[in-house]
Amino acid sequence: MPRSTPHKKTVLVTGAAGSLAKRVIARLHGSYNVVAVDFRRKVDTDAGIPSYKVDTYKRGFEDVFRQHKIDAVIHIGRMFAHESDRQRRYNANVLGTKKLLELCRKYAVKEVIIHSTYFVYGASAYNPALLDEDAPLKASEVTQDLVDSVELESLAQIYLWKYPELHITILRPCNILGPGVKNSMSLLLARPLAPVLMGFSPLMQFLHVDDMADAMVRAFERNQPGIYNVAPDDWVAYQVAVQQCGCRRLPVPSVPPVLPKMVSNALNWNAFFPPYLINYFKYPVVIDGRLFRDTFGWKPRRNLNDIFSYYRKAKLLAA
Amino acid sequence: MITLDRLKRLAHLGPREALYQQIVTPELDALFARIPKPVGSFGYDAWGYNEDTAKFALGLVKWLYEHYFRVTAHGLEHVPAQGRALVVANHSGQLPMDGVLIGYALATNTHGPRAARAMIERFFPTVPWLGNWLNAIGAVIGDPLNCGKMLEQDEVIIVFPEGVRGSGKLYRQRYQLQRFGNGFMHLSQQHHTPIVPVGVVGCEETMPSVANLAPLAKLLGLPYLPLSPLLPLPARVHLNFGAPMYFEGKAESEDEVTVRVEQVKERIRELIDRGLKERKSIY
Repeated sequence: MPRSTPHKKTVLVTGAAGSLAKRVIARLHGSYNVVAVDFRRKVDTDAGIPSYKVDTYKRGFEDVFRQHKIDAVIHIGRMFAHESDRQRRYNANVLGTKKLLELCRKYAVKEVIIHSTYFVYGASAYNPALLDEDAPLKASEVTQDLVDSVELESLAQIYLWKYPELHITILRPCNILGPGVKNSMSLLLARPLAPVLMGFSPLMQFLHVDDMADAMVRAFERNQPGIYNVAPDDWVAYQVAVQQCGCRRLPVPSVPPVLPKMVSNALNWNAFFPPYLINYFKYPVVIDGRLFRDTFGWKPRRNLNDIFSYYRKAKLLAA
Repeated sequence: MITLDRLKRLAHLGPREALYQQIVTPELDALFARIPKPVGSFGYDAWGYNEDTAKFALGLVKWLYEHYFRVTAHGLEHVPAQGRALVVANHSGQLPMDGVLIGYALATNTHGPRAARAMIERFFPTVPWLGNWLNAIGAVIGDPLNCGKMLEQDEVIIVFPEGVRGSGKLYRQRYQLQRFGNGFMHLSQQHHTPIVPVGVVGCEETMPSVANLAPLAKLLGLPYLPLSPLLPLPARVHLNFGAPMYFEGKAESEDEVTVRVEQVKERIRELIDRGLKERKSIY
């Protein structure tokens, strides 16, 4: 194993196999010693970056902390709904994060960045726009399948207030898109035919994965603990986004509300238009990213058209 | 020949764009270019307002405003050309036609056009098509958080403090102001926003209601169900905008807020009386 350079900080990055984490690692590499972990597979990394396949909620995870003097953790690794059943996802996302935060305390980690999601606010018809970070988290009201996202958040928040020495920063980004991104929204927009709810086209916010990686690295380097929405100052209606990405629209009847859920279930759209996210295609969850932008002096460098053109081009190449 | 050229031009536009170009005239485009309203790269703002839809709607309302309701508007110079404002009016006529007409008057104000926002009932976003469409022309659900953020972004908001008490009242109660809510005054004080009072005359006669079918309304989940003409009648509408009202200092108690609200209400009553005096014929 390559010895880490002593004067550099050591940063543990979880979810290393994912597109966002790869970009974060690439940005940190050189200035920091990076340790990469993922529950899916042992990631091939550049020389000098130790990589592990480990489940964060299992005992073996502690060995990573024993072998490396971890100074900071960037927790990106998350199990998506389409990757596993609810129980395993709960274990990985909630218990895994709990274990991670305990280890952070035990091994005196000085900084933790938690990657959350705007889903925690919940999609409801009564949502005001430009939600601040102190808006109530109503996602679990909507569906059981988002309980893990909300609990992960609450857990991180408890540690944030209780153990200030951990310097926890929670980031709640809007939809992240771009090359290699495998979340529901990205899988959806990569398809030639995208389901839309008839009569509903909620406003959405999108962020390029490169900009999100910049934001995470910025949050890590500036170290200003707290909870922040991460979103650009730009909005587009879902059905417009779908067309801009070169998808054809597949209208799904929206009334009564159970109907689209049944359609999604019956056609097994779990990966890209899952029943529990239907409300997010119906009502807007527009977040205010001003606090993050002002605190960290960050601004996305890619606009909506840059983001959508990747999906357009990918479709042209495939044709 | 000119007609033929025009037809040819329309022919390869397709029906949708052709209709759009018929309604959204170059004058309308020029008007919108003057409106101080920032939007994102696809013409949306954070509340779903969409420039193209708003233009289209304005093009449609133009006919209603000029030829159907034959609106007379006075005092538009009192509406600030820049910066935040709460436009407060009396509410009447079952359907929110008064809001639509005030919105049009503000958007076409020669002293400085503004894209005004209106607050709507919370059930609208759940209605397919209509919900999105209302958002696109500038309406948002009446949440104080929405209002606050909008005022901080220097928007103009139309408020009917009577709410459904005003719009749903019967014909025999016409021009009797109902109880005003205090919400707008709190917003005005929190966000240092001038109040522009408006007296609306004529909307009462668009849908004279003789009774409210309350049990049926309850069954349908509506705030009220009038026994009235099915479509608004072409009554002449008079809008009188008053000078902006500023309230210095914070009110110490809710009673004090109510006192200030009463002052606004009194001002609106005067503006209504002015409109009633200048009106020569109802239809």
